[in-house]
Amino acid sequence: MNTNSNSYTIGYAAIMVIIVAFLLAFVSSSLKEMQTENVKLDTKKQILSALNITEGDAAANYESMVKDYILNPDGSLTAQPADSFQTKYADTTKLHVFECLVNGEKKYVFPVRGAGLWGPIWGYVALNDDKNTVYGTYFGHEGETPGLGAEIAKPAFSKSFLDKIVSRDGNIVLSVVKNGKVQDASCEVDGISGGTITSTGVNNMLQSCLKRYKSFLSSSAAPAVDANSGATKLEAAAADSTVKAVCSEAKDSAKVACVNLVDTVKKVVKEELNK
Amino acid sequence: MSNLKDTFLTPLGLNNPVAVQVLGICSALAVTAQLEPAIVMGLSVTIILAVANVVISLLRNTIPNRIRIIVQLVVVATLVTIVSEVLKAFAYDVSVALSVYVGLIITNCILMGRLEAFAMQNGPIDSLIDGFGNGLGYAIILVIVAAIRELFGAGCLFGCQIIPDCVYELGYMNCGLMLMPPMALIILGCIIWFMRAKNPDLQEK
Repeated sequence: MNTNSNSYTIGYAAIMVIIVAFLLAFVSSSLKEMQTENVKLDTKKQILSALNITEGDAAANYESMVKDYILNPDGSLTAQPADSFQTKYADTTKLHVFECLVNGEKKYVFPVRGAGLWGPIWGYVALNDDKNTVYGTYFGHEGETPGLGAEIAKPAFSKSFLDKIVSRDGNIVLSVVKNGKVQDASCEVDGISGGTITSTGVNNMLQSCLKRYKSFLSSSAAPAVDANSGATKLEAAAADSTVKAVCSEAKDSAKVACVNLVDTVKKVVKEELNK
Repeated sequence: MSNLKDTFLTPLGLNNPVAVQVLGICSALAVTAQLEPAIVMGLSVTIILAVANVVISLLRNTIPNRIRIIVQLVVVATLVTIVSEVLKAFAYDVSVALSVYVGLIITNCILMGRLEAFAMQNGPIDSLIDGFGNGLGYAIILVIVAAIRELFGAGCLFGCQIIPDCVYELGYMNCGLMLMPPMALIILGCIIWFMRAKNPDLQEK
């Protein structure tokens, strides 16, 4: 048979594409369920890892220890049904808070999400009962550079957050600074040397995501409310707070730029005068 | 029999895909900052290359000449996608470790090179051996580069500290440059230099 004729080539390509398409569709659809289960289990593991629990059956531990709440604008919490488990918490406009009992003590876990150098980074920050000191953290990433940015997923980095203060005078002070530039050890964490952009990403992620929980962090006691009303109000409030956060960030950076400019001008003028 | 042995052994040394044919350099730079991802990448490429070689070698007499590269690409891409889907379902931890490297396997020049140069002309058994040989040849270079980079860049191997604390106290410092991609290229260059110096046959006249 002539394998170089046009009709043979077109027929060969068509049949190949059909076979491959069926094969991939079959594999994908038959494995879909197991894959989502795996992703869910992995998310539970990440939340538990922020609570420093890495051993035992993750699904059972999660079931018995962690409760999922949504934060209302007034600082109260609304319980979520157990079957509403998601895999990307910080993406939604609803503010999730996980309440957990570890050794009889109440801990709160907040999901955070941001951008690294090559792709998304995310994490879970667990706070003690006082809602201000860090009990544990977990950080994950999609494709940061191994040995540099990817070090944020290592225990050495997440352990360095232990006992740091999250907010002071209503501002989020928990931050990641350039490696070796820690000035206030009560709230600043050493970044990764050589992974500056990823470290800055972690810093921005913590600042912007934890800011949204301000009303909860500053409230002393939060009674749980069992009501699903006011969901739209909540979303509007969340959107509003995001807009405000963005605005204030922009304002801050503009201010910094102005100050820098003035400084440079001053310096130049001084030098000229000295000459 | 000695022919099969040659097919397997020459890519490990004298006809190494990375050091002699200078293929697959991009991925060699990307994944060699640490030993563990380098080994994972080396093994995945070996397995995919061996299977793709066999598939193409079985199809080699039916493939229309004008679209042979496309057929090879489709076979490789399909295999990689299926493997990554299966890993996600049955070995989630491994698939997380592989994450970005899966895409890099498809674009690895060694795969296209071996499919085009070997599997299109030879039978399935030869092709299988050739795939394993070339994959392992690639893996060896990756492991050497990664071991040097991790040892001198972070003082570790497999994430465990190797260089003792007392050396650091004497003033020794990790070389941050080792973790950057340019250093992988320099180490690779040194390996190629070494191999050419040892084997005069490789030098162009």
